[in-house]
Amino acid sequence: MARTVIPFGPQHPVLPEPIQLKLELEDETVVGVMPIIGYIHRGIEKAAELNDFRQNVFICERICGICSFIHALTYCEGAEAMTSVEVPPRARFLRVFWSELSRTHSHLLWLGLLADSMGFESLFMQIWRAREMILDISEMTAGHRIIQSTCIIGGVRRDIDKEMAKEVDKRLLAFKEMLDSTIAPVLLRDPTIKRRAVGKGMLSKEQAELLGAVGPTSRGSGVAIDIRQTGYAAYKEVGFEPVVETAGDSYARTLVRAREVYQCVELMRKALSMMPEGEILVRVDGYPEGEAMSRTEQPRGELIYYFRGNGTNNLERLKIRTPTFANIPTLLVMLPGCEMADVPVITLSIDPCIACTER
Amino acid sequence: MPWMFPTIWKNLFSRPVTRRYPFKDIREPFPGYRGKIYFDTNKCDLCGDCARVCPAEAIEVDSENKQIKYYPFRCIYCGTCVETCLQGAITQDEHYSPPNTEKIEELYKIEA
Repeated sequence: MARTVIPFGPQHPVLPEPIQLKLELEDETVVGVMPIIGYIHRGIEKAAELNDFRQNVFICERICGICSFIHALTYCEGAEAMTSVEVPPRARFLRVFWSELSRTHSHLLWLGLLADSMGFESLFMQIWRAREMILDISEMTAGHRIIQSTCIIGGVRRDIDKEMAKEVDKRLLAFKEMLDSTIAPVLLRDPTIKRRAVGKGMLSKEQAELLGAVGPTSRGSGVAIDIRQTGYAAYKEVGFEPVVETAGDSYARTLVRAREVYQCVELMRKALSMMPEGEILVRVDGYPEGEAMSRTEQPRGELIYYFRGNGTNNLERLKIRTPTFANIPTLLVMLPGCEMADVPVITLSIDPCIACTER
Repeated sequence: MPWMFPTIWKNLFSRPVTRRYPFKDIREPFPGYRGKIYFDTNKCDLCGDCARVCPAEAIEVDSENKQIKYYPFRCIYCGTCVETCLQGAITQDEHYSPPNTEKIEELYKIEA
């Protein structure tokens, strides 16, 4: 049978960001795929070399609009290691709170997009309606809905007092209530979602390990790997167990993210209740010198920053490895063999964040 | 689909969650929202700290002509200048900077 090559993207209704997949089809079945990136490169690594190392927090925060706080946190952890700064305990707990807030709204955004890619508009609207509650908490605590800008080298810029913590707790419970009553039953039981996702885009545990998959993509295949286990920020004190599903299909990855939303709510409530009193920011003297690595868990997986400084105000090198970059190769295993109509759902199931990938 | 019925039923009898902007006002931002930046020309001593720390280069301090140029369309509203200013001459409003048809710049003449 003759093969047809169809370009999927860079502009496609289900793709939130530009990536092109060159699909090789035999009739309706995908037999080959070639991902092409390079549509949204912004030269952030170079810009970070030219800026003051303190100002880089704000540019790193803008690498990704969805997990902005976690990018800032990763940068700050590395810069703090290089300048030998000890972050106050209260700031570490606040960092956990905002990280989990970012993760919650990222997962909800993704769950909404998944529903949208299946044509399930009403569920998409409901999920994004719930996401608004999380964005309101972000605006209330950090001063902005998406770009929190609260993490800086040496600690955090804003505090959450007892009264606000109580209000946040109340809103989180209302959010959980909404998840329980309107979203979770549909995600867990609806036959439409199951027919579109169960058994689609299979990735076995061995393949996930071999291809170096990270985050929910690997956890959906039974690989219990999550950088939060290393206990950065205050995850050690808060306590953490990764969410793992073993099926390895698109539905398993959906369930990992849906269960993580619940876990995030618990982590946020724990972080706020366990938060000790004290300082939130310490003074940073000196300039970055030597090398450092910093790793954190983004909503999409492991995020790695590599730093090299030469004792001046500017970094000599800042290398950023984002999780989607590690997850794109898994598409080469997931897509061949599937039907053309399943490509959008499977592609979305790795939660591609191309702006992150290309920096 | 049956799992959506309770939501559909509730939505049939509730008000829309969206607001009819611009015919109706948006909700008030929460206290502490990082909005528009203002300079107090009486307090400013033209030290230039704000311009130095600004990550977006949105502030230019001209101490010779005693004036400050502020570019709202470059500004990322991070609030670093507000925290840095020792004179307390920069304040941040809780409202969005309004949209414009061209990239304007604001000029502040310092009186002191």
